[in-house]
Amino acid sequence: MPDTTSAAQHTGATPLLQTVGLTKRYGSFLANDKIDLDIRPQEIHALLGENGAGKSTLVKTIYGLIQPSEGEIRWQGRTIVLSGPSDARAHGIGMVFQHFSLFDNLTVAENVALGLDGKEPFKDMSARLEQVSRTYGLPLDPKREVWQLSVGERQRIEIVRALMQNPQFLILDEPTAVLTPQEADQLFIVLNRLKAEGRAILYISHKLDEVKRLCDTATILRGGRKVETCNPRAETAASLARMMVGGEIMEVKAAASRQITVPRLLVNDLSLTPDDPHGIRLEHISFELRGGEILGIAGVAGNGQDELFAALSGERLAKDPGTIVIDGHAAGHLSITRRRKLGAAFIPEERLGHGTAPRMRLSENALLTGHAIGNMVLHGFVNTAATLKTVDRTTETFDVRKAKRDPEAASLSGGNLQKFIVGREILRDPVVLIVNQPTWGVDAGAAAVIRQALLDLAAGGAAVLVTSQDLDELAEITDRIAVMFHGRLSAPVPTAEASRETLGLLMGGSSIEAPETPHATRA
Amino acid sequence: MGLIEAIILSVLAASTPLLLAATGELVTERSGVLNLGVEGMMIVGAACGFGGAWLSGSIIVGALCGMVAGILMSLIFALMALGLAVNQVATGLALTILGIGLSGLIGAGFVGERITPAPHLHIPGLSDIPLAGRILFGEDGFVYLSIALVVGVWWFLYRTRAGLILRACGDNHVSAHALGYPVLRIRLYAVMFGGACAGLAGAYLPLAYTPFFIPGMTAGRGWIALALTVFASWRPARLVVGAYLFGAVTILQLHAQGAGIGIPSQFMSSLPYLATIIVLVLLSRARTGGSTAPAALGTVFVPDR
Repeated sequence: MPDTTSAAQHTGATPLLQTVGLTKRYGSFLANDKIDLDIRPQEIHALLGENGAGKSTLVKTIYGLIQPSEGEIRWQGRTIVLSGPSDARAHGIGMVFQHFSLFDNLTVAENVALGLDGKEPFKDMSARLEQVSRTYGLPLDPKREVWQLSVGERQRIEIVRALMQNPQFLILDEPTAVLTPQEADQLFIVLNRLKAEGRAILYISHKLDEVKRLCDTATILRGGRKVETCNPRAETAASLARMMVGGEIMEVKAAASRQITVPRLLVNDLSLTPDDPHGIRLEHISFELRGGEILGIAGVAGNGQDELFAALSGERLAKDPGTIVIDGHAAGHLSITRRRKLGAAFIPEERLGHGTAPRMRLSENALLTGHAIGNMVLHGFVNTAATLKTVDRTTETFDVRKAKRDPEAASLSGGNLQKFIVGREILRDPVVLIVNQPTWGVDAGAAAVIRQALLDLAAGGAAVLVTSQDLDELAEITDRIAVMFHGRLSAPVPTAEASRETLGLLMGGSSIEAPETPHATRA
Repeated sequence: MGLIEAIILSVLAASTPLLLAATGELVTERSGVLNLGVEGMMIVGAACGFGGAWLSGSIIVGALCGMVAGILMSLIFALMALGLAVNQVATGLALTILGIGLSGLIGAGFVGERITPAPHLHIPGLSDIPLAGRILFGEDGFVYLSIALVVGVWWFLYRTRAGLILRACGDNHVSAHALGYPVLRIRLYAVMFGGACAGLAGAYLPLAYTPFFIPGMTAGRGWIALALTVFASWRPARLVVGAYLFGAVTILQLHAQGAGIGIPSQFMSSLPYLATIIVLVLLSRARTGGSTAPAALGTVFVPDR
């Protein structure tokens, strides 16, 4: 077992881990092109880049999951070949995955055991798990099954699992994407402690403020190549973003004056029991959304946002028609199509499989949501010319880049497909737009286009409801923000008055209960 | 031999092939692979098992032939579904069709032949105890083997690290791969185990149940084993309940029909299916939470290397 104190002696001169000319080729596509990276002990090293810049490929190669086409990895100065993650772990390389590599139907202890080499008896391992989790302030109950745990707890399992191998080098792939600001602060304390113990950390993120706060060095990738290695504290968020994108990002501008008009969407005391046994129950949700206004719903994923979207879009029907009022019409009992006819449009979080049918062409996907109104269907027959025209208009207005005129939805990149979906709905001139995670996993350029489109739509008089986990995004485009926690919605507050701290506390569940449960006094 | 004793003995004999085949399928499905070819592997196991026993004169050789045949069949499935990542449902159905045809070809030369069926255990003293003696100590070897197999599978799945890894592959193959486990190799072993069990279950029929081979003699037992796996929520203990219940109602309704009860025979024949489904549905309703099916069941996995 490597001694953690010995690592500290290496400080300065020899890098702990080096990649030299690391290249990964998939056919003619270069996912990584001659990447040189030096990571020293006691260093938190940021890896920055847009989606598709090659960050994931690089760290998977360092963790032994992907074999490099060319180049080498050096560990403490010596060249090593990693035939799999167990080799990497044996050297002292640990990894915390972005999409958790957890098993929902297994217990915490079993999940951790699967990440270790298995030489230790299960009971000893469980005991050590409790000890490690207590030492680092990451409390966990080894006997619980993962599906019962919150996202933050799940991430703790990943971190504890990595720490139990006593790694000298830890890779974290976008660890704060799913955390509240307070949970993220907790994580930074742990990371700084690991650094003080002499370990090195490779930290992938695209939250630039976080990187400036936490990291000593930053390496920026673009299009599979290394652009720059710099000190993030000496840079501004804007200069880092420029290096990531390779140019200026369009600035999102709100219209000078927006007319707040009549209520377009009313939700009155909406409660709904989920179909899915793991789902969240919606509890007494009420809010009012007026024309010209953008309301943001913040919250950690899995607190009822998906259930609220399903209720508002009509994927799940409410018992009482009056709980949802769209543009003056009681709509709680209406189907999706009938809600669309009232002027509502919906953009779900999942692009492939929910927002579009992946193997169908764009024109067919345009028809799927556009058939209710307009001229796409004539006397029961599909008007192919009209569906293609919608694709062309969307492509033109929202700069959707694609290989041919009418490709399959699945062949588009995430950002371009999202632009297509947003465009498809906005070009129908909705009076109410409900959008869930508009820029999730989308590159910065496309994100700016989409946010601008939402602002422009509101400026045109529509009411927009945006659910997002990205507080920066909500701060940028919304007028008011509410927070969702355990199926309850806090009272919306003007965005200008909402501090990150207050929102973070609400996202963690404090103080939301008191004003929102009138019948609590009865109990 | 009393009537009750005879009924219980025939119940055990009717249940054993179901239990063997379903145990194998349970392990396969727990690794995340849905092999619908159980019926096909069973019928080929029956033909080869009978052939082996008839040519060699040994029941054990026959049983081994059945298992090997089942494994070879499962390897065809593995090549398609794991190696070439073909849709598992289609591959499994094709395997059954192939098996039914193949077994007719293999068994053509044996139809009409007879062998001495598998001997029953006899422990002087113990086996002579009235009622319980014959039932507990006078079965053929397959019955004991099937029970040992279920217990062994339970122990393997819940008490060993290899079993934990197998369940992990069935729950989330992407995670298992990310942690460095060879998902496809683990699934290959699980599919082969399922094939061996199905082959043995098939061989049981001509080696112990009836001492001759006829084409199509599995008569849908492979499908029942598949259904049992699902209704048992992929748990070995419930599998035992389901298999014996099915066997029991099958035999009881035969006796009831024989006794001339005035209920249409079609209804009586459907009773085993109804009873098994109702009991196992009730059992699975009482679950504590979490999903029961292996989450990755039936999904194709292609590692990204």
